[in-house]
Amino acid sequence: MTTAPIGAAARPESSTTMLDVRNLKKVYEGRGRSVEAVRDLTFTIASGELVCIVGPSGAGKTTLLRCVAGLLDSTAGEVVLEGERVTGPPPGMAVVFQEYGRSLFPWMTVRQNVELPLKEKKVPKAERQRLVREALEAVGLADAQGAHPWQLSGGMQQRVAIARAVAYEPHLLLMDEPFAAVDAQTRADLEDLVRSLWKRLGVTVLFVTHDIDESVYLGQRVIVLSDSPTVVLEEVTIDLPDERDQLVTRSLPRFAELRAHVYELIQQAKGGHRPAS
Amino acid sequence: MTVAVTAGTPGRGRGGRRHRPLPTWALGLIGLAGLVTVVELAPRAGLVDERFLPPFSDMVSALADQAATAEFWQSLLETLRGWAIGLSIAMVAGVVLGILIGGIPLLRAAMNSTIEFLRPIPSVALIPLAVLLFGTDMRSTLLLVVYAAFWQVLVQVLYGVQDVDPVARETARSYRFRPLTQVRTVIWPTALPYMMTGFRLGAAVALILEITGELIIGSPGLGRQIAVAQTSGAVAAMYALVIVVGLIGVVVNVIARAAERRALRWHPSIRGEVPR
Ligand SMILES: Nc1ncnc2c1ncn2[C@@H]1O[C@H](COP(=O)(O)OP(=O)(O)OP(=O)(O)O)[C@@H](O)[C@H]1O
Ligand SMILES: [Mg+2]
Repeated sequence: MTTAPIGAAARPESSTTMLDVRNLKKVYEGRGRSVEAVRDLTFTIASGELVCIVGPSGAGKTTLLRCVAGLLDSTAGEVVLEGERVTGPPPGMAVVFQEYGRSLFPWMTVRQNVELPLKEKKVPKAERQRLVREALEAVGLADAQGAHPWQLSGGMQQRVAIARAVAYEPHLLLMDEPFAAVDAQTRADLEDLVRSLWKRLGVTVLFVTHDIDESVYLGQRVIVLSDSPTVVLEEVTIDLPDERDQLVTRSLPRFAELRAHVYELIQQAKGGHRPAS
Repeated sequence: MTVAVTAGTPGRGRGGRRHRPLPTWALGLIGLAGLVTVVELAPRAGLVDERFLPPFSDMVSALADQAATAEFWQSLLETLRGWAIGLSIAMVAGVVLGILIGGIPLLRAAMNSTIEFLRPIPSVALIPLAVLLFGTDMRSTLLLVVYAAFWQVLVQVLYGVQDVDPVARETARSYRFRPLTQVRTVIWPTALPYMMTGFRLGAAVALILEITGELIIGSPGLGRQIAVAQTSGAVAAMYALVIVVGLIGVVVNVIARAAERRALRWHPSIRGEVPR
């Protein structure tokens, strides 16, 4: 855990680097077919930041996230997390997968699902129970402890996956289009949930989405990716007030400007435009 | 055979028909009663020779006679013991090797052709070898039972390990689960339904081979009693023993299915909610 005061919107230049992605390249080698999913990505994320990665479908966002998570070997370049090169899943990291339904274990109850990583981390029992309870309360699922994931709605399952990640007390939280499959209202609630958890826990969040509005609403910074083969188009600093509100924030003129800017970037990329390197 | 057919087809034809079909179990009973009637009446009417097929009531009384002898119970025990020991060995070996081979891609690739070569060898082809090794001892039959049941279990477990959801696997990896935890919390539960199927198939095959071994090799058990009854011309007793063996098969299957239901309450095939 960071010692920085919780909620202080950390400025990248004034704090330590959490994540450093350098010239990352990933080519999937198949039988007689190779797909260059990620061409060249370089960016850094400071400790305690909430950064959104936005890019069109198929841009290689999931690929990037899996490389950062140490689940996938890169073809070239490197990922450095807290000063150490990532070669396998690093400690202190939690991932919320795009396919959250399949990421929960159906043979376990909600509670067991959330508790399992803590057991594996050898957290003492009393502490474990507290963390599980707090995490489930935070996502509003304290009553669903004994249920199995398949007895819950999609949005509830997603909140279980988030609770599991939060209870783990990671330094780095990776989220891959976590709200792609839920309705608009649930989505808005979950967005606010992520913001409030981030503020409370002081965790660094890397949030992948293909939704431009969502990225602008959530992030302190938005990294815009081109479509495949992928490069960084631009890093947009989101200078909106720190206190975000679904209605107020989204109706700010500045929100509309930022949104339009990101939209334009992606449109240009589709037209074949690449940033001068 | 007839029972399964009469029981299966009409049960599914819901809706559209005017009269409601009978429940499956009732149809099953009717089929069974029909079979019993045929077996009772055919020999009495002289349609078949009583020396080959005595009336059902004769079989029942022969069964009652059998049940009064200590030898029958001793044989029953021998058969059940041989079956249970053989199946247990096959289960443990099949599950452990299945998880090991299935969990390590390199090992799986290396073992694939070996498995495909050994698996189709019929267990009965090993009878000469078994006799050579153990004579007419119960170990001879045990060898057959283990060999036959082992492949059923192993193949199912291999399928099961293969079926582990890649996202579940990555989740386990991302939270840095140790290999043994991954086996216990991800691979084992995924493979469990397959293991259950392997158990069910293995149990049936093990029973077949247990009886075969006793019949042909002459190791102690119901199979040997069937052979003895046949050579001494006690045809009704022979049928009685065959019925007992059949009943064991039914009971084994019922138990295996019940165990499956208990262990897999979470599984889509069992939990019984409307699929999405
Ligand atoms: N295992 C794989 N083998 C081969 N190619 C792959 C594999 N996974 C992804 N790809 C390819 O890499 C490219 C990027 O895929 P990726 O899943 O990273 O996109 P994404 O940005 O996450 O898309 P979405 O928004 O739809 O989730 C795609 O062209 C895809 O076909
Ligand atoms: Mg994706």
